[in-house]
Amino acid sequence: MQLLAEQHGDLLIVRVMEDRIDAAVAIQFKDRMRDVLQVPSARVVLDLAQVAFLDSSGLGAVVAVMKLLGPTRKLELAGLTPSVEKVFRLTRMDSVFTIHATVPAGLRNAV
Amino acid sequence: MPSDPASGVIRLVVPSNPLAVRDALQGLFQGQTLRLLPDAERGTAEIVLAEVLNNVVEHAYASASGEIEVTIRVEKGALTCTITDHGRHMPGNILPDGRLAIPLAVADLPEGGFGWHLIRALASDLDYRRVGDSNELSFRLKNEQ
Repeated sequence: MQLLAEQHGDLLIVRVMEDRIDAAVAIQFKDRMRDVLQVPSARVVLDLAQVAFLDSSGLGAVVAVMKLLGPTRKLELAGLTPSVEKVFRLTRMDSVFTIHATVPAGLRNAV
Repeated sequence: MPSDPASGVIRLVVPSNPLAVRDALQGLFQGQTLRLLPDAERGTAEIVLAEVLNNVVEHAYASASGEIEVTIRVEKGALTCTITDHGRHMPGNILPDGRLAIPLAVADLPEGGFGWHLIRALASDLDYRRVGDSNELSFRLKNEQ
């Protein structure tokens, strides 16, 4: 499970460098995110642009990551591919997360 | 434009573990027949099959080893799928209703229980029966209107 984290002030961008977050890697994803989130940052944007497929275990892991952040830090999502967007929409988790079409402008090529 | 896949039947046997399920799904959807489905339908079919197969791995076989038989009948406009396993039966011999309750507080959000909600939202003609010591689940995935 490869994650790429970039810090921009109080914003941490975490890119998932995998094409699937599924039952086979959901626990690994959550554990790796727990490590990455040690960096203090008020906002965390999870860039899912490379993730073509996410199942309910993957969705549960993303929800778990949001809960790990606690009440003072925020998890936002960016770059949902069509199949991933469908899973968030059908489970109404699209109403729980702030979802950006892409990583906020100006930051995408900042590194 | 993707064309309709040719009619036919795909059969495979998947060992009951998450990596085998992933391999089977990748093989299926990159394989000759289902690769020709339009993107949205391929995505929907992959979500439903992933949820059904992972449920069998996690609940029917739990941590035991076993095999899952997958039959997909490809016809114009629909896929008809039958999934058979030899694990534990569905509680009460009925399918979960998959109802979701979204709480207001983030701390109360569920981290699971999304699977049957997705299956029920995307598949039609769901039918479950316990036959001897086997579970047989069938459903249809229709072309999106």
